[in-house]
Parts: sequence; C-alpha cells; structure tokens
Amino acid sequence: MRLRLKIWRQESNEITGRMESYELKEVNEEMSFLEMLDVLNEQLMQQGIRPVEFDHDCREGICGQCGVMINGEPHGPLQNTTTCQLHMRTFRDGEEIYIEPFRALAFPVKCDLKIDRSAFDRIIQSGGFISVDTGQAPEANSTRIPVPVAESAFDSAACIGCGACVAACKNTSAALFTSAKITHLAKLPQGKTEAQERVLHMVAQMDAEGFGHCTNTEACEAACPQEISVLNIARMNWEFNKAHIMRK
Amino acid sequence: MTQSTLTRKIWMALTGLFLCFFLIIHLLGNLQLLIPGPASKEQFNAYSQLLSGNIIIKIIAYILYASIIAHVVYAIIITVMNTRTRNVKYHYDKRGNLSKWYTRNMGVLGTIIFIFLVIHFRDFWYVYKFGELPLDEHGHKDLYTLVITVYSELWYVVIYVICMIALCYHLIHGFFSAARTLGLYHPKYVRWIRILGWVYSVGICAGFAFIPVYVHFLK
Ligand code: HEM
Ligand code: SF4
Ligand code: FES
Repeated sequence: MRLRLKIWRQESNEITGRMESYELKEVNEEMSFLEMLDVLNEQLMQQGIRPVEFDHDCREGICGQCGVMINGEPHGPLQNTTTCQLHMRTFRDGEEIYIEPFRALAFPVKCDLKIDRSAFDRIIQSGGFISVDTGQAPEANSTRIPVPVAESAFDSAACIGCGACVAACKNTSAALFTSAKITHLAKLPQGKTEAQERVLHMVAQMDAEGFGHCTNTEACEAACPQEISVLNIARMNWEFNKAHIMRK
Repeated sequence: MTQSTLTRKIWMALTGLFLCFFLIIHLLGNLQLLIPGPASKEQFNAYSQLLSGNIIIKIIAYILYASIIAHVVYAIIITVMNTRTRNVKYHYDKRGNLSKWYTRNMGVLGTIIFIFLVIHFRDFWYVYKFGELPLDEHGHKDLYTLVITVYSELWYVVIYVICMIALCYHLIHGFFSAARTLGLYHPKYVRWIRILGWVYSVGICAGFAFIPVYVHFLK
C-alpha cells in the first residue's frame, strides 16, 4: 500500500518545529506502525535526510514508550491499542496519516516525536510506592488478600505510563495516570499505612508539573491502551477528600 | 493557602450542587403559575411575599448569591488555567471522538446560563426588590402580572427555552461530575447517580421550559 505521511519535525526543544510531508510507496499491511516508521527512516537515510526520531522499547505494548498522536487520536484510531501494536491494515491504501508528538507543556518535545515524560516519574517518586522493612521475606500468609481485591488492584496497576490520557484530555490533566497508582495502592493492605501522605503528595506533584484540572470528560479512558477506568479518578478524589479532612 | 486542582474542583462541585438544590425549590414555586384561573395570581403573589420576608429564605438567598459568584469565579480560574497547559495545538485533532461534546463545553454552556441569569435577575429579581411594582387586590406586590406580561413576548419565550436546553446539558454533566469530584467510586452507585442526574436535569429543565410556553400559548 502507498501512504502519504505528515510528520512533526523538530530538531530540539529550543528550535520550533513544523509538519513535513513524506511518501511511502511500498508498505506491507502486516507491518506494525513502528515498522512502517522504520521503513520510512531507511528511505530518509538513503536520501540523506535526518531520520524521524521516535520512542520505543518493547514493541509489545507494555513499556509505554511509543505513544504518538496518529490522525488526531493518541495511539491512533484503534481503541485500547498502543502505537506499537497498531498495524497498517487499520489504514487505507493511499491514506494521509498525520503523526505528531503528545502535546503538553509538562511533556516537552525532545526531538521530532520524542517527548520527555519524566513528569510522570516525579509523580510516582512523590508517593507511588510502599515502604517495607528489608530483611527476611515475611511469611506469605501473614497478609491475606482476597483474589477479587488483588485482581482489581492489578487492573489499576496495569497503567504503562504512556501519557495517552494526558494527550487525549482537553485540559491536559494527568488525573487518570496519577489516580491509577493511588488506587492500586489504596486497594491493597500494604498501601493503607501511607495512603494519606501518598495522595496529598502525588496530587501536589501532579499540580506542580503543570497538568490541568480534570473535568471528567472521560476522554482519557477512551484513549487508554490499558483500559484504565475513570473510576480510579473517583477513588483518587475520595482518598484526597478523606486525607484533606483527616489531616492534622 | 494555595489550592490544588482538586480543591478548586470541590468548590465547583459544592457550589454547583447547591445551585442544583436551589433549582428544585425554585421550580416548585414557579409551578404555581400553572394553576388555572385567578387563584394562580393570588397564590403566586402571596408566595413571593412570604419568601421575601422569611429569615431562612434570606439566609438561603445569600448562600445562593455567594454560590453563583464562587461557581463562576472558579469556572473562570479552572478554564483559564487549563488552557495554559498546552502551547502547541494538534495540527490534526480528532479527540472529539473520545468524549461527549457537552462535557468539553461546560464553560460555553455556563456562559449561556450566566447571560440568562443576568437577564432573569434584571427582569424579575431586581424589579421585585428595588423596582416599583403595583400591588394586587390582597396588598401583595403583583409579580404575577409582570411574569405573564414578559412571557407574552414570543422572542423571550424562545430565548428562555434555548437557555433551558443549555442548562439541561450543563446539569447532565455537572450533576454526575460533582459526584465524581466528591469521590463516589462504587460502580453501582455511579450508575445510579448517572441515571438520577439525567432524570433530575431533564425534569428540572423541561419543567422550567414548560412554564413560559404554557403561559404564552394558553393564558
Ligand atoms: C443554575 C446554574 C448552575 C448550576 C446548577 C451549575 C451546576 C454545576 C455543577 C453541578 C457542576 C459540576 C462540578 C464538578 O464538576 O465537580 C458544574 C460545573 C461547571 N460549571 Fe456550572 N452550574 C451553573 C451555572 C454555571 C455558570 C453561570 C457558569 C459559568 C459562567 C458555569 C460554569 C461551569 C464550569 C466551567 C464547570 C466546570 C465543568 C467541569 O468541571 O466539569 N456554571 N456546574
Ligand atoms: S492511564 Fe492509560 S493512557 Fe494514561 S498513562 Fe496509564 S496506560 Fe497510558
Ligand atoms: S514500544 Fe513498548 S508499549 Fe509500544
């Protein structure tokens, strides 16, 4: 299949970028989206043009590195799929495809489609952990967690930190990402002890990074490759309100 | 104290919910305009007089003014701060597919409601409190005749109905959104609140919109 690509090119954060057009004449439908970009880059290198930089690591939908805006939607038109798991059979022959980096002041563009997601790391560092004593492993049955609770905590823990929720949100809110971690730990007995500080610190960090106010449009859930539920945001709000009222 | 994104949302939710509660009382009062015959006028004017003298109603009125102001101020703060979180627009933007239009346009819907409120306060509230209203045969200020006169203008009725449609969409999202902001996370009750929000919003707005239409065409 043939494709016309419009790709955001930006050499570095200091230089303003622009959209550039490229043509690919022979794309296999079975290629993944990133493989299609690999083919483009080979073609560009042969022509002496700087290849398009994009982030990727696992290429199997678990690392959360590859997210880009494809035809105006995070990770492209296929629901609940990362960019690396998107295949060219989703597109039509001769289609024009717009590829842009996720846009947020909190996610500065590093180069072309690569963005700096370290704002997410700092949110996790501010409270997305549990403190445990080192030493011998505790007796396995000393903390009992019913399977449904473990499963539901795992649903929240499934977030891969890709940033699609932020990119999809008209308010650039990181509520879905932040709430997924808060909820994951709030559901488990190990997370209870630090629940209060966790939610207060993580929300404060989320704000400090410059993300917007969540207005519950729920676009994040629709864009999320991991189907993280917006009920996580409700749980975060609950934990936050509780912590706010109870704190000394 | 510096506020967080979530505390600002809590104030939006609390003031919004108070306005929702007020709308119920307001609608129940207005329904007296539908009573057939002269009893309607007598009862509506007496009711208006009763409200303006009551201390509890006075307190509620002040909470109401404060709520409207706080709700609008926070709406502006939140909306402005949110627009400052992204400085480059997407060249090709299909994110509209991901959410409902009215959830993304609460500010626009709110502005329509705000313009309506200004007109509404000027026409009725201001005239009743500070204007010269003739008295009816029972010695009550004749708000009834004023309302009927205003509603006899077709353009006014049309604007009124359009504003109620805007209010309806604002409430459908607002009611549910407020429950989420306050932290309702149990899936079953979230479903119930969504349904309750629909019933409430459509009920309130259809009720308010019906009154001027009825008065215009049938009184
Ligand atoms: C009778 C009048 C009104 C009622 C009953 C009402 C109700 C509500 C409720 C319940 C919310 C949800 C709060 C939340 O998301 O937590 C809300 C949000 C909002 N309202 Fe109002 N409102 C009214 C008037 C207005 C006016 C006059 C404006 C603007 C000038 C406005 C602008 C907004 C905005 C921007 C939001 C934020 C949307 C969001 O966070 O999802 N509202 N309103
Ligand atoms: S919540 Fe979903 S969209 Fe957001 S970062 Fe996690 S996986 Fe990506
Ligand atoms: S490359 Fe790891 S999720 Fe796509």
